[in-house]
Amino acid sequence: MTEKHTYTQFDVELRDVSTRVLEMGGLAEAQVAQAMYALSNFSSETADQVLKQEDRLNHMEVEIDRELQGIIAMRQPAASDLRLLIAVSKAIANLERVGDEAARIARTVQRLVNAGVSSRMRVPVADLGYEAELATAQLRRALDAFARLDAELALEVLKQDDKIDQEFDGLMRKLVTYMMEDPRTITASIDLVFVAKAIERVGDHAKNLAEATIYIVKGADVRHVTLDKVEDAVR
Amino acid sequence: MTAMTQAASPRMTIETEVPASARQVKPLADLEVAVSVQNVDLFYGEKQALFDVSLDIPRGHVVAFIGPSGCGKSTLLRCFNRMNDLVDNCRVEGQITIDGKNIYDRSVNVAQLRRRVGMVFQKPNPFPKSIYENVAYGLRLLGVRNRAQLDEVVERSLKQAALWDEVKDRLDASGLSLSGGQQQRLVIARAVALEPEVLLLDEPCSALDPISTAKVEELLHELKHKYTIVIVTHNMQQAARVSDFTAYMYLGKLIEYSPTRDLFMKPAKRETEDYITGRFG
Repeated sequence: MTEKHTYTQFDVELRDVSTRVLEMGGLAEAQVAQAMYALSNFSSETADQVLKQEDRLNHMEVEIDRELQGIIAMRQPAASDLRLLIAVSKAIANLERVGDEAARIARTVQRLVNAGVSSRMRVPVADLGYEAELATAQLRRALDAFARLDAELALEVLKQDDKIDQEFDGLMRKLVTYMMEDPRTITASIDLVFVAKAIERVGDHAKNLAEATIYIVKGADVRHVTLDKVEDAVR
Repeated sequence: MTAMTQAASPRMTIETEVPASARQVKPLADLEVAVSVQNVDLFYGEKQALFDVSLDIPRGHVVAFIGPSGCGKSTLLRCFNRMNDLVDNCRVEGQITIDGKNIYDRSVNVAQLRRRVGMVFQKPNPFPKSIYENVAYGLRLLGVRNRAQLDEVVERSLKQAALWDEVKDRLDASGLSLSGGQQQRLVIARAVALEPEVLLLDEPCSALDPISTAKVEELLHELKHKYTIVIVTHNMQQAARVSDFTAYMYLGKLIEYSPTRDLFMKPAKRETEDYITGRFG
């Protein structure tokens, strides 16, 4: 796909759309990192910032979508070009959802701060940090794979998804233990359950992005199939 | 909980069988072959125009040949009714069989072959006769005199060509008085009047406006139930729209031949991909 189209303007349009997806991905990743920073520092200000930025992601999704519709209508793309555009459409929907999850975490921070929960309280905020690191690393890898159209790296992302799920399960057990030991932490703990779920969802979106990349490169739809089959498709 | 799950389960049944889309076709191997091309080489004098081309055209389907100018797609099409015989110094090697019979065999009557394999060209070429006579022409050549029979064939053919409603009140008008799109459909009516087994179309829409093009394409969908259709087109979108199978040719070679959907979504060959995505240099 490195060779140029006879219509060079088409190349410009495709490159432009890919660049904007990566821009959007960078912003989505930053949003999650910011939201997690807000959580670990109980910073209402940082949470506010995350919520303010959320609109930018929404707008980006709408704009890129409009761009895609234009390209499809004007160029009637086929084969890998068509797959790229379809994958972009899915990718941006997922990135927008990543933004939603970041906003969900930010709102939880605001609620915790307003309820007077502070870092002195014995709630396992730090434990969530590790899950978030895993998830943002996955997102970054998925975006890298997309940028380089690297199916192998995308496959790596799919393989790693289990780790986040395991971390999520571990966190659930821990939070339940906290709630049983000290019922005063129940409200805060339930909030953290939602945060853990939001982070796990970020991992899922990274996975979807990786699947979209494999679809572009290999033309194989690897959603809802076993890892073995994905490996067959990639190799 | 269990009771709830059970109660809910009938509505939650997941259809594992994915319904076949309208464009899904059976694999080539499962289809009855109408025209079979085996290891065909074609030479115009010293110059070789086709190189070892082999493919099977399934009965009752539309097959499109695409490729850049000079790739041999029209040359291959013209082999099917031996139009290339009319070109001096043209030599064909290999075999082309229709219904299992080699059409290049000495015993084949070419006039009869062309009756069975109709052809429509790029520019509509109605005869300078009435609409009626244009369609009846082939039958008259065959010696049919019975007016009722001619009437019936003319009406049926014009209906098959989706032209009847537009011309039924002026069958005596000249075929040349029709619009370009109507003329092309008239020519198709003339071809189907003889009930050919195979209908060859060489860029049938390149001289037509988009609406007339759409009408001819729509017509192909109807006709393929009765005839085997092979179409050569420069317009890739047209190939994608009308055909069940597409063959991509380049420099006289058959590069890829697959179900149209596969060829346009996920071509197997890099050359095909470059061509259909417009990366052809």
